[in-house]
Parts: sequence; structure tokens; C-alpha cells
Amino acid sequence: MKKYFIIRVINILITLFIIATATFFLMKQLPGSPFDEEKLSNLSEEQRMEFYARYGLDKPLSQQYVLYMKNLVQGDLGESFYFKGQDVSTLIKNRIGPSALLGVQAVLLGFTIGIILGIVAAFRHNTMWDFSAMIVAVLGVSIPNFVFAALLQYYVGLKLGILPVAFWESYSSSIMPTIALSLMVIALIARFTRNEMLEVLQQDYMLTAKAKGVPPFKIIYKHAIRNALIPVITILGPIVVSLLTGSLVIENIFGVPGIGSLFVDSIKVNDYTTIMGLTLFYSAFFVLTMLIIDLLYGVIDPRIRISGAKE
Amino acid sequence: MKNNEQLLNGELTDDLFEIAGRRAEDSEKIQRPPLSAFKDSWIRLRKNKGAIVSLIILVLILILAIFGPYMNEYKYYETDYSAAYQPPSSEHWLGTDKFGRDQWTRIWEGTRISLYIAVLAAFLDLLIGVTYGAVSALIGGKVDNAMQRVIEILVGIPNLIIIILLIMLMKPGILTITIAMVITGWVNMARLVRAQIFKLKEQEFVLASRSLGSTNKRLILHHLIPNTMGLIVINMMFTIPSAIFTEAFLSFIGLGLQEPLASLGVLINDGFQGMRNHFYLLLYPAIVIVGIMVSFNILADGLRDALDPKMRK
Repeated sequence: MKKYFIIRVINILITLFIIATATFFLMKQLPGSPFDEEKLSNLSEEQRMEFYARYGLDKPLSQQYVLYMKNLVQGDLGESFYFKGQDVSTLIKNRIGPSALLGVQAVLLGFTIGIILGIVAAFRHNTMWDFSAMIVAVLGVSIPNFVFAALLQYYVGLKLGILPVAFWESYSSSIMPTIALSLMVIALIARFTRNEMLEVLQQDYMLTAKAKGVPPFKIIYKHAIRNALIPVITILGPIVVSLLTGSLVIENIFGVPGIGSLFVDSIKVNDYTTIMGLTLFYSAFFVLTMLIIDLLYGVIDPRIRISGAKE
Repeated sequence: MKNNEQLLNGELTDDLFEIAGRRAEDSEKIQRPPLSAFKDSWIRLRKNKGAIVSLIILVLILILAIFGPYMNEYKYYETDYSAAYQPPSSEHWLGTDKFGRDQWTRIWEGTRISLYIAVLAAFLDLLIGVTYGAVSALIGGKVDNAMQRVIEILVGIPNLIIIILLIMLMKPGILTITIAMVITGWVNMARLVRAQIFKLKEQEFVLASRSLGSTNKRLILHHLIPNTMGLIVINMMFTIPSAIFTEAFLSFIGLGLQEPLASLGVLINDGFQGMRNHFYLLLYPAIVIVGIMVSFNILADGLRDALDPKMRK
């Protein structure tokens, strides 16, 4: 386990290093510049050099790269090209709040509704309940998040007018983006819970529990749900991915000042340092979550631990 | 009469008996036409109503994508400012957008893009993914090790990041999306195929076939490929909707196809901007993309049940 952990961490560092290097050189290759070329050409040669020097653009590429890496290790992502005088790390820090709030809320909502749907579907297997829950699951996986978000905003925000549209003012502003973000989570969890429950319900220990007179509610709670939910870790990966992609587009649609909308906006204005910083941030978040998921997997399912030890 | 005499005499000779039913050659005869694995799956798939309805919807969408743009005289880029924001009418079946472009034509042009992406995703899965996974598993050893390191790195980076970086480097457009998919689209398939072939290689029937003198070619063509086929088809069917989603998603946030080209993502973004007063601009492209996505997903589920009965729940 320990050896596995160390190998994984080394792998992650290599991956992040490759991403950082690739991002840096890609950005240098990019056409277009974040500066107003017209105004820049009005400056004298000296002024222009000074301007470049301020962003470290006067040095040769190799030195820029070393400097960039050195700063990166210290957690300094450089200064934003677009938001003058602001550090990218500060930008991210200031805007992570709304994104984190939406992510956590979407996970909580998604798990709650998903588990309820899954349990109902499994206990009422092959009935209308089951059928409807699975329709929700298929729709949730299939409907693109931006389509759902747009329709939600039209029907709930504009037609019913009960929730604020595209403003980040009070808590109620977070309700619609949370629902939009949780759709995929609901679908994945509902389908997963149903299938696992159907499996668990056939196990002998369920019969034993019933035979020794355990009350039905306790059987469901103590034996069925607990055992059915252990392998939920297997679908945490796709859930994290859906939240990351979802944040890019849903924050834009609902005007949430989070890192997802920051990312898309910075791409549109060629804000290179911010793009680089956010790319790294997203990648690091992604690989670390995957690591945690894999470790949890080993902790919870002993079969994997044993087969891992054999290798 | 001779027989009766013999019977009366109590003599039993062979010519008294005749074969009543069971014949050696009959009992071994194949009574029904042989069912190939493909036919067997098709019979199972046909019983799945949802999958068949999805298949019909997809065929309809395909037909409309091919012929839809020719059904009226408008071109998808043709602007007519005097006819901007026309609601659906007999003139413009699904209305017109802010530049007076015919929405019906644009929607089916956009659908063509989505279907192109679908074909591309399937093709890449087969061409790169299956080959990569199979080669890695069949050769094994150091080659496998090296190939797996490459995959590990690609898996470590979120797909969307690779695609976005590439789009920044190149001009946003269908070519860039295609290249991005070439880099990222096949990884999952390669991993699955490799795992499956590794598993198969260890099984007794492969050993039996090998000890009976099968060549490698025969082993691959007759044992490994047929036993991996189901997995390949199932995974391909799930890759397709996610590829279609990725393209529409990128186009929606402005990193995919650019105006005046029409992609369902571009159209939905346009519709979203103008939905307050012109909801139909959002509604129809949304219906088409949801139709495509839901149909592909249900069909994929159906195929999984049909090809791999063990996974049926």
C-alpha cells in the first residue's frame, strides 16, 4: 500500500510537470497577444522594452521557463495579463468560493436524490416507480448540462420568475446552478444505487436477517443500503469530471463569479497567465481527487487491497 | 405372412425389427440454422423496445441531416436582414435567427456536424484504441510497459484541458476538434481492450487451442477478436454520445465551430442569448441534441444487454 502510494505520487508529480511544461510552451506559441498592439506600437522602443520587462518577456525562452517553474513551485502563478496588477493565485483564491459552494451543494443534492431514487427503484423493481426512476437516470446522463441549464433558466427563472437569473447576489442565486450541476450526479447515483441494491437484495444475509426477525426498516437501512453503497467510489471519478466540465459552462450561464467562468473568460481575452494557472489548478485538483478515490477504494474493498499486495 | 409364421414359431430374427425413430445421423443433425453471435444479439436487441425506438429515431435524424438542408431553398449561411427573428411559419419552418438565416437548414447542418463527430469517435476508437490496446496486450513485456506509461499520462490530464489547450494553439474549428479527439478519444478503449485480451490470454480455451497447434494468427482471429467484440461495440456506443456532447459543449462556450458555421452547440448558444423573446431558437436545437443523446444512450444500454447478458440487471 505504501509503495503503491509513493509510485502514484511520483506519477502525479510527473504528470503535473508535463502539463506545466506543455502549457508554458503552448502559450508561447500562441497567436495573438493580450496587449493592445496598436497602443504598444505607439510607445517608444525603450518604453516597450520596459513594458515587456515588467512581464519578464524580454528574457530568452529558456530563462522564462526556469523562472516560471521556480515561481510555480512556490505557488506563484504569475500576474494576470488581463486583470492588471492581480496575481493569478489571488484571482483563483477570490473566485474559488462560489465554485466550491456549487460543487459541494451539487454533490449533496445529487447523492440525496440519487440514492432515494435508486432505493425506490430497487424495492419496486419492474414497476412504474422503477421505470420512472430509470427514465430520470437516462435523461440525466443524456441531456447536455448546458441545455438543461438554459431550459431551467428559461422556465424557472424567466417564466415562473421565482429564482434570480444570472446574478450572484444572495443564497437563492446558487439554487438553480446547483440543480443544473447535480443532474448528472443524480443520474449516475440513482442508476448505480438501483443496480447495487438489486444485487444486495438477493444475498443470503438478507434472508437471514428477515428470518431472524429484524424489522424491515432496519434491514433496509443496516444491511441493504450500507452494503450497496460501499462500491459507490467506483463512480466518483465520472462524477468529479462532470462537476469540473459542468462548472465551466453552468457558471457562465448563471453568471456565477467562480473559477469556471474565469477560465472561459480568460480564454476569450487571451489572458495567458490565468489560463496557465487555471489549467494547472484544474489538473492538480483532478489528479489529487483521483488519487484519493483510488486510495479509498483500497481501504474500503479488501479484495482490491489483497490483489494489490500480490502484484 | 412369413413374419407371422416366424413369430408364431417364436423365432426372432433381425429382419423382424426396423428402426422406429432414432437414427444416428439424425440425432447429430443440426435442426435449426446456426445462429452467429451477431444474430443472437440482434434477436435479443429486437426485444428491447426502447433500443429499437432509439434506433428508429437515430435513422430519422440521419435522414433529416442528409436531406434536411435541401428541403428548402435557403442555405445555412444565407442572411436576410428583412426576415430576422421570424417565428416558425410555412416560409421558414423553424423560424429564422438574428441574421434572418433559416433555422431549419441550420439545425440539420449542425446535426451533420454532430453525426460527423459520432462517426469520427467510433472510427478512432476502432482504429487507434483497439489497435493500441491489442498490441500492448499481445506483445506484453517492455513494450506493454512503455505503452502503458503513455496512457497513464494521458489519463492523468483531464480531457477537456488537452482539448482547450489545443484549441488555443490552433484556430477553433472542426479540424482542431478532430485532432483533439485523435489525441484523447481512444484512451479508454485501449485500456479496456488491453485488459480483456490479458484476461483471455490466461484462459483455458486459449491454452487448449494453442496446444492443438493453433498459430498466433488463428488465435487472434478466431478466439481473441470474437471474444472482445462485444466489449468493443459497447464501449464505442458509449463513446459516441460523449464525443457529441464534447463538440457541442465546446461550440457552446465559443471554443468550437465559429459562425457562420452551424453546430448544435453554436445554435443553442445563439438560442440561449435570445431566449427571452425568441424561445423557439433555443427549443428546436435543444430537442434535436437531446434526441440524439438520449437515443444513443438508450441504444448503447440495449446493446450492452444484448451483447453481454451477464451484465443484465
